[in-house]
Amino acid sequence: MENTIADREAEVVEEFGMFTDWMDKYEYIISLGKELPLIEESKKTDDLLIKGCQSRVWLHAKMENGKVVFTADSDAIITKGVISLLIRVLSGQSPESIINTELTFVERIGLKEHLSPTRSNGLVSMIKQMKLYALAFKAQHNGQ
Amino acid sequence: MIIDTKIDITALRAKFPILHTEVNGKPLVYLDNGASSQKPQSVIDAISRYYEAENSNIHRGVHTLSANATMAYEEVRKKVQRFINARYDHEVIFTSGTTGGINLVASSFGEKFIGKDDEILITAMEHHSNIVPWQMLCERKGAKLQVIPISDEGEIDLKDVERLLTAKTKLVSVVHISNSLGTVNPVSEIIRMAHANGTPVLIDGAQAAHHTPVDVQALDCDFYAFSAHKMYGPTGVGILYGKEEYLNAMPPYQGGGDMIKTVSFAKTEYNELPFKFEAGTPHIAGGIGLGAAIDFINSIGFEAISAHEKEVMQYAISTLGTISGLRQIGTAKKRAGVVSFLLDGIHPYDAGVILDKMGIAVRTGHHCTQPIMDRFGIPGTVRASFAVYTTKQEVDKLAEGLERVVRMFK
Ligand SMILES: Cc1ncc(COP(=O)(O)O)c(C=O)c1O
Repeated sequence: MENTIADREAEVVEEFGMFTDWMDKYEYIISLGKELPLIEESKKTDDLLIKGCQSRVWLHAKMENGKVVFTADSDAIITKGVISLLIRVLSGQSPESIINTELTFVERIGLKEHLSPTRSNGLVSMIKQMKLYALAFKAQHNGQ
Repeated sequence: MIIDTKIDITALRAKFPILHTEVNGKPLVYLDNGASSQKPQSVIDAISRYYEAENSNIHRGVHTLSANATMAYEEVRKKVQRFINARYDHEVIFTSGTTGGINLVASSFGEKFIGKDDEILITAMEHHSNIVPWQMLCERKGAKLQVIPISDEGEIDLKDVERLLTAKTKLVSVVHISNSLGTVNPVSEIIRMAHANGTPVLIDGAQAAHHTPVDVQALDCDFYAFSAHKMYGPTGVGILYGKEEYLNAMPPYQGGGDMIKTVSFAKTEYNELPFKFEAGTPHIAGGIGLGAAIDFINSIGFEAISAHEKEVMQYAISTLGTISGLRQIGTAKKRAGVVSFLLDGIHPYDAGVILDKMGIAVRTGHHCTQPIMDRFGIPGTVRASFAVYTTKQEVDKLAEGLERVVRMFK
């Protein structure tokens, strides 16, 4: 079975299809936020920090068997919940596919507002940063 | 009909179209008045009427429309003069807002009166717009910014003011009412102390002009800056009051049309006050809207406004006090307009997102006062801020909303 970014996006969209009101949806996001594997306090160095005006996000990336593996954290739970979805969709994918993807699932599950630059929660910069990591890994790979 | 105080709140709220809209399918509970207040129909109408029937550039044309627009705009200047009890109408300068006013003083007064090793004194509770212009000036001039510290309650100690006022202090610039903590500062005392030291004082009145009557002569402040949009008027327009003797001694701020008497390539003669500081076509419609906003405030009167707002404020402080895990940031003895707080273990952003889903608009974050957040060692606060149309029922809705937030994040 293929497990492309599009497949994973479709899976998330289907999951969110169950929720009929905003409360359920947000309770789910909060629970995802609580479950997200954290970055240890001591590893939250400034070079991992993405500054949002409202909430802060830490993002770490490494290459494993040709795939990019992301871990991330935030000081706000809702931000963390959305991060957990982004990681679910993008982590473990090839640099190429991360660079080329146009994520649509956040909008499709009605959470587009969290990706608005005016929210300044660090998520927009985080997605940008994820792609930059993928680009860097790809360049590294090509250079070898 | 609900009557909270002498004000007929139902009738008053009926004048604000936006208060009857829905947000996220819920009736709007607007508690972000510190950022910007809503506008009554009379202000909206004044602006529309200006564009529909009076629009024309001012101070220029001989034609009737231009003359009428000029008259209407200059009438507003006189209205502002009465509103803040300035001695002369030419002490009232139209600006783009509080930020615009402070930058004018930093640039123009700073150019003339601030030199190397001079000091500018502010407090630790200033809005960024009363910090950064001074830092920029200090950078240019080799001057130094001094900061009056604040207590855990969010108050300054006049002893610190005394201590920090020295022969080097060339300007004091303090906020009248703090936008993050609600602290009402003892500005009269500060002004008296500064003047005894021979130092002029600018007051940032952005959060004060709509809550409390401002009498610049009684205060004896040298500059007073405020924004129309926080006092039921439009965005993009504000007022800088300045004492005539300072305004006359200061060089012009920006160059352009309107601020000149004669221009030749050899020499330009500047216009007199207030036009010296009003280069270019101003926000005429905004000025007209500000006039209508002042009429609105006057139609209620500060006695009734203060009584009502005090009651709502007291109610908010005690109601929010009953929510477990809620810690108020800023507990000064004299507070107005805003209540800032944190919920134990819950990020302000998370609280703000959930409240928004319930139609409750609050502000979260550092409120453009990052040094305050650093002072308290917190990432930011949730801030509920009130206006004359805020009701106790809205405070109750906020409290219910917060209870729900607490349950959701437990
Ligand atoms: C205390 C204080 N000073 C200055 C400002 C800046 O006002 P404006 O953005 O209207 O220039 C604000 C606005 O938030 C404020 O609350």
